[in-house]
Amino acid sequence: MIKESSPGAGQPKTQTADFAVVRATGVHKAYGDAGVLTGLNLEVPRGETITIFGPNGAGKTTLLRVLGSLTRPDRGEIAINGFSLKEQAAFARSTIGVVMHSSLLYGDLTARENLRFYGKLFGLGDAEDRIETLARRLNVAHRLDDKVRDLSHGLEKRVSFVRALLHRPRLLLLDEPESGLDQNTLGIFEELLAEFRAGGGATVLVTHSLELGLALSDRIAILGGGRIVFDDRSENVTIEELPEIYRRFTGEVS
Amino acid sequence: MKISLGPVWAVAKKDLLLEVRNREIVVSILVFSGLVFIIFNFAIELTRVNRDTVGPGVLWVAFIFAAILGLNRSFIIEKDGNALEGMMLSPIGRDTILVGKTLGNLLFMLAALVVLFPVFTALFNVNVLKPEIIVIAALATVGLATTGTMFAALSVNTRAREIMLPVLFLPIAVPILIAAVEGTAQITQGGNWSEAAEWLQILAAFDIVFVIAALLTFQFLLED
Repeated sequence: MIKESSPGAGQPKTQTADFAVVRATGVHKAYGDAGVLTGLNLEVPRGETITIFGPNGAGKTTLLRVLGSLTRPDRGEIAINGFSLKEQAAFARSTIGVVMHSSLLYGDLTARENLRFYGKLFGLGDAEDRIETLARRLNVAHRLDDKVRDLSHGLEKRVSFVRALLHRPRLLLLDEPESGLDQNTLGIFEELLAEFRAGGGATVLVTHSLELGLALSDRIAILGGGRIVFDDRSENVTIEELPEIYRRFTGEVS
Repeated sequence: MKISLGPVWAVAKKDLLLEVRNREIVVSILVFSGLVFIIFNFAIELTRVNRDTVGPGVLWVAFIFAAILGLNRSFIIEKDGNALEGMMLSPIGRDTILVGKTLGNLLFMLAALVVLFPVFTALFNVNVLKPEIIVIAALATVGLATTGTMFAALSVNTRAREIMLPVLFLPIAVPILIAAVEGTAQITQGGNWSEAAEWLQILAAFDIVFVIAALLTFQFLLED
């Protein structure tokens, strides 16, 4: 039985000052006989944004789910901000913000009620100012008192970003965050991501858009066969070269 | 295992707010139970002799089937927008989430009983508004809400969740159902606290066992 300590129980002893935000070693995850992650290794330091590309079914979303401790890996070690996901998952989760395909919001609650609820789950005393500030930043403050069900997909996505940033995470896990965002909001999102990075936050971004992924990240990686098959600094790769690299490592056209 | 009351109440309060807005869980329990009461009222020829013995069975069987509808609904709202995963991504433990859901379900079931007891009393002319029966109902509801939430959490990610929940839940709920029916029948037939004590003790014992089992297993029920 895995014992999980919680953030309220005091700082665990194993966290050190000098750590990678993400350190995943030999991660395996299979669904039935199908191995989705097969010995994946990944390290993301503070202040770095890494974009992970890969064809459908390559395991990108599974990787994000494993890093977010939604899915337990079959084998391997993962530490987020120095907290082992096996023993200190609650501490790790308190430092992670996630934007997934689904909004993770209750359609019949207003955006503000949803955000207050998540504020409580993350132990934020009074989250009102933080909600207002982030909502204004993402240009969704005027719809905070509307039910999420009544918001467009793009507005719902913006509320998802507010939810993900509410507790000042140190790691962002983003699964195709650009979907549903208009150009204006995409620009705001890019600014927020740059600020987050400047503040030392790390981001693991999954997208099918080679152009966006390359532009937003310090590092790009390609997932194939359940592990990282290509990993390089973004400045070493041009947008003209990237489709060919993608084809070479995945066997598919981007 | 460390469960804080703040997040537990936050989860339960969120469920209450959703219920106030949608009225899906309590209303489905009320409508289903009410219909069963009416059907049985016509289907069974009730006499002064048999209504005190048959009535408690109708009351609890109707309530337990209706409770299944409510339990299923309480997790279906979590799948909408994948909000359950949103909670699972927060630092609160899986056990805290499920204790909060159990508290919410318990409150919904008790609220439904508050309406159903007078309705049942009026339709069957069997007075169940007695302190002994209210204590029996409270104890039975704790057990039903705890085990029901446990199996609803287990079945929510299965394709046939509407079938899975009753298949898993009802066999486990049988001891509670028997104790509730027998205890209620003792009182409707003119018994008092001492005659119902045996069933009250059985209900309390099952509650303790089920609450401990739930607290020990909750953290594993929402794993992928």
